Amino acid sequence: MNAGDYNEVMARKNEIMKKAVGIDYDQFRVNNLVFDYEEMMAKAGYQLDEIIDIQKDTGVGQTPLLELKNITEVARKLSPAGKGARIFLKDEAANPSGSYKARRASVSVYHAEKQGYPGVVAATSGNYGAAVASQAIMRNLETIIVQEVFDSDDKGQPEILEKGRKCEAYGSEVLQLSVGPELFYVFLKVLEETGYFNASLYTPFGIAGVETLGFEIINQLREREELEPDAIICTNAGGGNLTGTARGVIKAGAKETKIIGASVDLSGLHMASDKDFNRKSFTTGHTGFGIPFATWPDRADVPLNAARALRYMDRYVTVNQGEVFYMTEALAAIEGMERGPAGNTSLAAAFAIAREMDEDQVIVVQETEYTGAGKHPIPQLNFAMENGVEVKRGNPDEEVPGQSIIIPEEPGLIKARDLDLGKIRSSYLKKAINSSGIENIGDKELEFLAAEANLDIASVKKMIAEIDEIKVDFK
Amino acid sequence: MAKVKAGSWVEIYSVILEPGQRAPQVPEDTAKVPLELKVKGFLQSDAELGDEVEIETIIGRKYTGKLIDAEPSYDHSYGRPIPELLKVGRELKEILKGEGGNG
Repeated sequence: MNAGDYNEVMARKNEIMKKAVGIDYDQFRVNNLVFDYEEMMAKAGYQLDEIIDIQKDTGVGQTPLLELKNITEVARKLSPAGKGARIFLKDEAANPSGSYKARRASVSVYHAEKQGYPGVVAATSGNYGAAVASQAIMRNLETIIVQEVFDSDDKGQPEILEKGRKCEAYGSEVLQLSVGPELFYVFLKVLEETGYFNASLYTPFGIAGVETLGFEIINQLREREELEPDAIICTNAGGGNLTGTARGVIKAGAKETKIIGASVDLSGLHMASDKDFNRKSFTTGHTGFGIPFATWPDRADVPLNAARALRYMDRYVTVNQGEVFYMTEALAAIEGMERGPAGNTSLAAAFAIAREMDEDQVIVVQETEYTGAGKHPIPQLNFAMENGVEVKRGNPDEEVPGQSIIIPEEPGLIKARDLDLGKIRSSYLKKAINSSGIENIGDKELEFLAAEANLDIASVKKMIAEIDEIKVDFK
Repeated sequence: MAKVKAGSWVEIYSVILEPGQRAPQVPEDTAKVPLELKVKGFLQSDAELGDEVEIETIIGRKYTGKLIDAEPSYDHSYGRPIPELLKVGRELKEILKGEGGNG
């Protein structure tokens, strides 16, 4: 690998990706703005029943769904009469690689094997690397994981170091990079050199693999409790977790279940900044990915992103880092489940939202992840303190990302802070319409944009007309 | 300097992009530093720390770079308990035992 050919490799991006994913995305495009999302999911991906079989083959899914009775009880103690929904938790840590990402990797790796690729590559600093590596072992393929790990002082996030170790435990070659989006260049070079499959997080394979998660939750609750959940809450970063889960809920026929996204608030920290890199205690599930991907999903490593969270989100909330650490501790201390931070972002939000809901309602936190050295509140908070972040008890409203982490003085201070979905939709519409160059909006464009923004046609039309930066005519 | 034997599991380092070659969209602090790569593998011939060497990764691919670690280790751990979290469990159990709310 050498530095001289950055521009040349980036210029070959589309060609490299086409070979490495094996999908001709142009077939789904109607024009510069519109593409047929459902056709892409149906044609390029696999059907739900096939995916259930693929996942059975490698021990993925069918994870336990637990009722968090003590946490629910605490929420009720802090709520007025009649309030405090039952909180359930889908224990995705029970998947072979310790997180729901096994679902997301399973179909990609199956597809890579079926198509005869000799190996798989994934660009990820998260649990996805270990998931791909674990699935690849089961299907006798080689794995290369490209990670963003350390800053210019050679300091690495303990959480990412642990994820790298786990990939190596599963026999992966792990390329560890310093901070920067040019990781993508290294990734492209590896794909080109090896001819391996791009096990992207954002293909139809990846997203369809998560559909089983939503599908299982609905069926488990129907069978056990004879009910459907009022809400399912998903930790949201790139949008795939929420998109796949929501699609599975729809496929299970649950029409009234609301889908809520939750991200850790890291506002003010720049995701590509060398200096900010180690001032955050969460490497994913935060607003630094969640908001950009919700407002513009097509920023991923494939031409059309199958993870489109805005299509499915009924509500989007943030929680603070200190609140997530508090709930991680609570899950261990009063529920007897020591789990990693990812799902606990949703759990913190669910705890606050449950207090708004009636006591006969049900909210499901749809994932947990494994925990261990590095990805645990103790190393994460020690690391934060070593990097000059103040850790104290107090009111989490006063937390400043990168400067302080405030562990709530008492659980009643935990809040789910609503993001304005109207603003996110408006940003999406601006970006989608303006980058397409389209000047006339007709029925097919409106229908597409309405689905993308999760609005009805009249509302989307009104919203477009009200945005000054969009100059279009309606046909 | 001590020789590192061929066949040892080691870590090498290389610069992928120099500061002047960073992508235009990176923030200023990142643009000032190189994009660096570290990768582990089996050393192909005897060398000393700091030498340019070749390694073979666990899946058999070759890389060259500066030998920076003859015994790469996993140093991430837990560390000292966090005082701010130690009492959370006790406090929650008190709430569970207490009266009030919709409990």
